[in-house]
Amino acid sequence: MTGTTVKVPVRGGVGESTMRPDGIPKVTGNFAFASDLYADGMLWGATRRSPVAHGRIRRVDIGAALAMPGVVAVLTQADTAGRRTFGLEEADQPVLAAGAVRFWGEPIAVVAAHDPDTARRAAAAIGVDIEELPPLSDPEVAVEQGSVVRHIRIRRGEPDASGAVVVEGYYEVGQQDQAPLGTEAGLAIPDGEGGVDLWAVSQWLHADHEQIHLSLGVAPDQVRCHPVGVGGAFGSREDMSMHIHLCMLALRTGRPVKMVYDRAESFTGHVHRHPARMWYRHEANEDGALVKVEAKIILDGGAYASTTSAVIANAAYFAVGPYRVDNVSVDGYGARTNNPPAGAMRGFGAVQACFGHESQMDRLAARLEMDPLELRRRNALGSGDPNATTGQIIEGSLPTVRVIDELAAIPVPDPADPADVRNRPGGTGLTTDPGDIRRGIGYALSIKNLAFSEAFDDSCEASVILTPMGAEVRTAACEVGQGLAMVCQQIARTALGLNHVAVVFTDTSEIGSAGSTSASRQTQMTGGAVLKACEELRDRILTEHGGDDLTDDGVVRGGEVVATLAELCASGPIEHRVVFRHPETFSTDENGQGAPHADFAVAAHRAVVDVDPELGLVRVVRVDTAQDVGTALNPMSIRGQIEGGIMQGLGLAVMEELVLDEGRMLNANFTDYLLPTFADAPDVECRLVEEPGLWGPFGAKGVGEPPTISSTPAVVAAIRDATGLELIRAPVRPEHIVLP
Amino acid sequence: MIVELTVNGEPRVATVPGSVSLLTVLRDELALPGSKNACEQGECGSCSVLFDGELVCACLVMAADCDGSDVVTVEGIGTDEHLHPVQQAMLDAGAVQCGFCTPGFVVAAARLIETNPTPDAGDIREALAGNVCRCTGYGAILRALESLAKGAS
Repeated sequence: MTGTTVKVPVRGGVGESTMRPDGIPKVTGNFAFASDLYADGMLWGATRRSPVAHGRIRRVDIGAALAMPGVVAVLTQADTAGRRTFGLEEADQPVLAAGAVRFWGEPIAVVAAHDPDTARRAAAAIGVDIEELPPLSDPEVAVEQGSVVRHIRIRRGEPDASGAVVVEGYYEVGQQDQAPLGTEAGLAIPDGEGGVDLWAVSQWLHADHEQIHLSLGVAPDQVRCHPVGVGGAFGSREDMSMHIHLCMLALRTGRPVKMVYDRAESFTGHVHRHPARMWYRHEANEDGALVKVEAKIILDGGAYASTTSAVIANAAYFAVGPYRVDNVSVDGYGARTNNPPAGAMRGFGAVQACFGHESQMDRLAARLEMDPLELRRRNALGSGDPNATTGQIIEGSLPTVRVIDELAAIPVPDPADPADVRNRPGGTGLTTDPGDIRRGIGYALSIKNLAFSEAFDDSCEASVILTPMGAEVRTAACEVGQGLAMVCQQIARTALGLNHVAVVFTDTSEIGSAGSTSASRQTQMTGGAVLKACEELRDRILTEHGGDDLTDDGVVRGGEVVATLAELCASGPIEHRVVFRHPETFSTDENGQGAPHADFAVAAHRAVVDVDPELGLVRVVRVDTAQDVGTALNPMSIRGQIEGGIMQGLGLAVMEELVLDEGRMLNANFTDYLLPTFADAPDVECRLVEEPGLWGPFGAKGVGEPPTISSTPAVVAAIRDATGLELIRAPVRPEHIVLP
Repeated sequence: MIVELTVNGEPRVATVPGSVSLLTVLRDELALPGSKNACEQGECGSCSVLFDGELVCACLVMAADCDGSDVVTVEGIGTDEHLHPVQQAMLDAGAVQCGFCTPGFVVAAARLIETNPTPDAGDIREALAGNVCRCTGYGAILRALESLAKGAS
């Protein structure tokens, strides 16, 4: 067919704030989350967990549970047909504990029954006889005893270098929970041939898949992990929770098995952010130039390795922040204790270190009687500089000075009208006398690596299929709510020149790994793979048909359509599949020197707070930010990431902390673990600083983590400014203000 | 026990143990999974429904108290084909991310707009302070409802 055509730009391409393809079912309640799944004849699973933080299991008696009417199966470690442990970086965590329990809430047995109540009662009826042992709950003691998952040692420059001004500090960060609104949930369905299909919340289907088939002792192709509605993640779904349990129960019973953790079990059933203890020493010249930074950082990794080795690496590699310093000494320890396992959470090690280095920068600025932003500007790391810790030359964009200047340009508003009680720290509790309110302003900067580091083969597969209707993008990446489907759609539209693009999330049997939805990486990685697939497919088609453009009408040559999409697909849809990798990264040497990172992003935050010093109440009035985003592919979506990330940073600054007593969690519920609500939400102005990155699609950089990293120290700095207190710990609690 | 109630305008009957909540009745007995279970203790608002016209957390209402009641869930607010203005405004403003809290926000916000078509920012914050969102930071939800209020005034 031939015909003339007029080039019309695609709608909904990169740079636009497009609509989420999953938006309508989410607002109408029709979107299927894992907890909404149902299968005919399905059983319900439940988990028996350790009541102690450390102990020797003498006996597990499943007899009473198995005898209960409605109970179909009770499984213990003896029922694990394959590898009895699992873990993302080190398979050290028992699928079901036997012999020993190492943290409070560790799974010991699982049950399948006809209904959830029976399953729960049966789990409780399992007799567990444990000789309780003293838990190792102090990470400093763990390090002294050599109970360490990983020690990172960084030595750069001259150890004897000294500056005229020295500031030292000790800082702590409490344990934050990701608290995604959707709890862990899943459904496993046996295929009748010894294999199983699993729909369970995840950030990385292929990592789940590998660990599951190894523990089930079946061939890889007998397990298929499917995408499902997740309900938020923030790191909590990078490790598996119920996944192997569900598959074991489904294979044993020959029936579909569903499990949903309630909120209390969710708190024990996923890893948390590492709590931190940090010792810092900064030396600088009188003009503020940093001369030397020394740090010791201990992160509590809890009972099992999870991602501790990568988290402590991040904390150590970003211990200095986005600043130039020639002389650096850092020792980072990921401790192994009997506390609940810690692993991935948004910011991944950089959050803890940032609280340390930014608290130090403020101390230094105060000592030098220098504006805190000016001190940061004088030391700002930029493109072409060596990262202070590893010595890695920053090859891509790093607009540290620009984020500082853009942030400084955002006006600071006048105090809100205290006549409206909703504007006071005590809110409608009417507890705050307006005359007592003290205002404070604080600043913080952060730097974070993007995508996987340290020589990890960070590969990402994606496919694009041309059909008579348009294009279909296929990937096994996990959309956890961040908007990946939308950004893939935008990239494909722009790269192909087609308006009709659908994104299909597919299972592990259909396509290779997309890697984890973490490390701010999917826009760059799956987005990069989609861009590569689309560009190559378009080139292939245009070459084959001698065209000079591809449009919704088909292949165009000299303004005329020479082949419609239907004609192109006459012998079937045309698929093009690619594997995308970012530039190679490397392990560091014995001094922590080398090039472990693929890309970097910086952000700056300014917090404004009102404090009632008498009652220790804080109202975060606003948090403004300028963030390095490379190229903004979807400005509205980026704003959503920034505002949401700031709220989690605010939560860590003033309210969110899991409270442990000798390894036992005391506040595993939403009444006692406080989350920021609408009443706590500050106004946010964000400036997107666009300097295209090295290798992300269209120059994009990941944007998910930076908002969470420097917002916490900015808020705490503002409270210090309002109160004059040292405040060495996040979160700041009322008693830290009232009774310092 | 047998519970007879009206859900989204239709008479429904559920046979349930007396100890369960309205949320369990809706999700597990009446095949209406739009209301979400996220905390089981009335802290997060993910299960917000209208119960005889009042905004409640369905997890805090006992099934036994539902006999003869009139319940509106997110499934009764709008459909994929005919969105409620609140639903459209939330989509337009980018107020949806993971979507787990969204049904609760839709019900609570629809109730707010019904009772006060032109809320200011303070009214919106106060009315929705019982609904927790972990993804958006609330900014986009605020802008969605502010734009709706602006259109109505």
